[in-house]
Amino acid sequence: MKNTSEIIEYCQELYEDIDFTATRKWKDADPARKVVGYMPVYVPRELMHAGGILSLGILGGGDSMEVIHGDAYYQSYICRIPRSTIELAVTKRLDFVDGMLFPSICDVIRNLSGMWKLLMPDVYVRYFDTPQNFISGIGGDYYVNELRELKEGLEGIIGREITDDQIRNSIAVYNENRRLVNAVYDFRTAEPWKAPSWEVYLLMRAGMVLPVEEHSQLMSDYLAAAVSEDKPMRDNCRIILQGSFCEQPPLNLIKSIELSGCYIVDDDYMLVTRWLLEDVPTDGDPLVNLSEAFIKHSGETAAKYVPDAADKGKFLINAVKDKAAEGVIFAAPSFCDPALLDRPMMAGALSRTDIPYISFKYAENSGQMQPIREQAGTFADTIKLWSEAS
Amino acid sequence: MSPADINEDVIKESSMLKQKEMISANYEKLTSAPETGQKVASTYVPGNLNELIMCFDMLNNLPEINAIQNGMRKQSGAMIQDAEKMGHSEDVCTYVKADIGNMAKGAIAPNGKPMPVPDLLMLSYTGCFTFLKWFELLRDQYGCRTAMLHVPYEGDGVITANMRDYVVKQLKEEVIPTFEEVSGVKFDIDRLRENLKNSAKAEEDFVWVLESAKNKPSPIDAYFGGVYYVGPIFTAFRGTTDAIDYYKILRGEIEQRIASGQGPITPEGEMKEEKYRLVVEGPPNWTSFREFWKMFYDEGAVVVSSTYTKVGGVYDYDGFRHDPDNPLESLADYCLGCYTNRNLPMRVDMIEKAMEEYQADGFLINSIKSCNSFSAGQLMMMREVENRTGKPAAFIETDLVDPRYFSPANVKNRLESYFQMIDQKRAGGSPSRAA
Ligand code: SF4
Ligand code: SF4
Repeated sequence: MKNTSEIIEYCQELYEDIDFTATRKWKDADPARKVVGYMPVYVPRELMHAGGILSLGILGGGDSMEVIHGDAYYQSYICRIPRSTIELAVTKRLDFVDGMLFPSICDVIRNLSGMWKLLMPDVYVRYFDTPQNFISGIGGDYYVNELRELKEGLEGIIGREITDDQIRNSIAVYNENRRLVNAVYDFRTAEPWKAPSWEVYLLMRAGMVLPVEEHSQLMSDYLAAAVSEDKPMRDNCRIILQGSFCEQPPLNLIKSIELSGCYIVDDDYMLVTRWLLEDVPTDGDPLVNLSEAFIKHSGETAAKYVPDAADKGKFLINAVKDKAAEGVIFAAPSFCDPALLDRPMMAGALSRTDIPYISFKYAENSGQMQPIREQAGTFADTIKLWSEAS
Repeated sequence: MSPADINEDVIKESSMLKQKEMISANYEKLTSAPETGQKVASTYVPGNLNELIMCFDMLNNLPEINAIQNGMRKQSGAMIQDAEKMGHSEDVCTYVKADIGNMAKGAIAPNGKPMPVPDLLMLSYTGCFTFLKWFELLRDQYGCRTAMLHVPYEGDGVITANMRDYVVKQLKEEVIPTFEEVSGVKFDIDRLRENLKNSAKAEEDFVWVLESAKNKPSPIDAYFGGVYYVGPIFTAFRGTTDAIDYYKILRGEIEQRIASGQGPITPEGEMKEEKYRLVVEGPPNWTSFREFWKMFYDEGAVVVSSTYTKVGGVYDYDGFRHDPDNPLESLADYCLGCYTNRNLPMRVDMIEKAMEEYQADGFLINSIKSCNSFSAGQLMMMREVENRTGKPAAFIETDLVDPRYFSPANVKNRLESYFQMIDQKRAGGSPSRAA
């Protein structure tokens, strides 16, 4: 059995490989294989899987990639993920990708979908517009048709039909994957010293580039190993990290937060892995099931409308309670409209519930960790003082 | 967009006076709503449902217009800073912050009276994601009834049956019942048809006005002047007979200008020589609007077509008109077709077509720091248009209502070198981009 270090070492290799060698290898093994890329926050990967397509999660170029061309595409006041994603494209690092999905998360990703169409006219490009109306007969029906259109687009890529049974089977595969993702998260919540956040992060990142079955296996192996490994428990406070659902922070930032005295007991990285909060039924109409799961049982993030004002922020507050967190760190990418516009409302909800929080901004290539470490360290100290005083 | 009250000395034509009267009367109605009992809906310009709102005897208050008004009065800077002090990020849309800062000050209308608290927040969410968040922020402040209309994006540059059905269903099952409840007025589809008929009439003349810029010299400036011309059709007057009258008067005035070979009117009188014909992409800067405009007319530059005049509805490019025979479908198509709800390739096509039809000498982008909806992708759009048309393009950066991001010297320099570039191109030289 592999130990956690070996597993995480492998995940880190995948994470650092901005040429996507593992995915390329998978594709090269069979000329019929296809890859479809997607950006945050959510796409129904079940549909790609049902067509035998590998879904490749694209989260920008990270801090190791030098952006040379990307800056010619974006003004300085736009976040970094689209420019490093463009950089990946123009440097041909995504030349093996047969299609790209751009979820409806913000205007930057939205407009990037059009840029992709201009840049790569031969690639299947879809702006994936999920409903903001959460009534089955309205938003649900619309979404079923969106899923149908996406399915047809994918069928165009693979040159054959995707059957309902194939989708049902893929739903089951992803249900299993989500159960494991949740198991890893729950394990970290219970014993955060045994599953450091940077490890959990890398483990989830692996799911962006590997076939889902391999990712599930990796998580099982990690859990099995982590349970039996002994790691020292620190006197850290427990925080939830919020706002990092799209452009990713450098790995060092996650490590810095932990080193400064905070256990991250929940976060919103790679929400695609746990966006659906319940298993999707494997019987009946699979597109209706996926639609209903989205409409009725999906997570909350800045990109999703909350119809009832009284519910705004509840998801986060419930997470604080469920995970026994002591505070929230808002960590949002610079110039990220959804995260930064949402923050005052979420902060307001926290204040009303006496949950402490701090906020800072980052970019995927932020180099200076000292200020963040200091801010998080002070936050941790303050929380400890409060809890000792009360 | 329609700040006729501060425009008095700019254009003293009867169309302007008419618009000024309309706006003043509307502000009077809005600010006296607490006494008259008339209900108020707050909604946004792109995708506004004015014809429908009027069916419920409700008034229409538009937060962007208030932000513009405060920008032109040079009050938005302080409001934005207040909002930032309240915890709003320096990175986000300044319209939102100007609005929130204004609310914190008690939201005073241009007539000096307080704006009423809306009875309904009507979010027709089209062309810009920020609206959704802005709306949630307003809801947080007001705590009033809300109705939401999600308008899908034309990702593939087409309106599909699924998109249209979705919007119509929301109108029928969510939006209209909410309006009925809030207003106490029963929905009458014939009333809606009547309003839409009025809209279509005004839209005919509005398109004629925009297309008058195909003349040489152009009798209008379709950007700096255009922001006044779009006023009624973009805001609380679409669907009214007032709007029909306004565009009729405006058309008459422009017909006269064409007949006598006159160029556009500027704040300093009539523009003399038309030297450069430009197509402009992006909203203008409001805090230094006059100064900005002067940089153009001083050099003899006229904007013959602008994308900003399509943000509250596209009527010229593919001939859309509100259609009384298909009332709800037509409202859906209107919302779906607003400029920033169309994908980037389509925006490029629209600009390319305008460059050709309006015989433009160049293409200019005024990129707005805080508006991702417009700005993300504009550098690529510039290169595409340049490649396709062979005409020189330039890029300047300002902001809508945050005076900190309007640097006059920079903008002026860039414009001057751009005009030189156009001259060079005319003289047969190859242009290098002024970006
Ligand atoms: S980081 Fe924020 S603004 Fe940038 S693309 Fe992602 S969601 Fe959009
Ligand atoms: S981001 Fe742009 S389109 Fe959206 S509300 Fe702000 S100024 Fe308007």
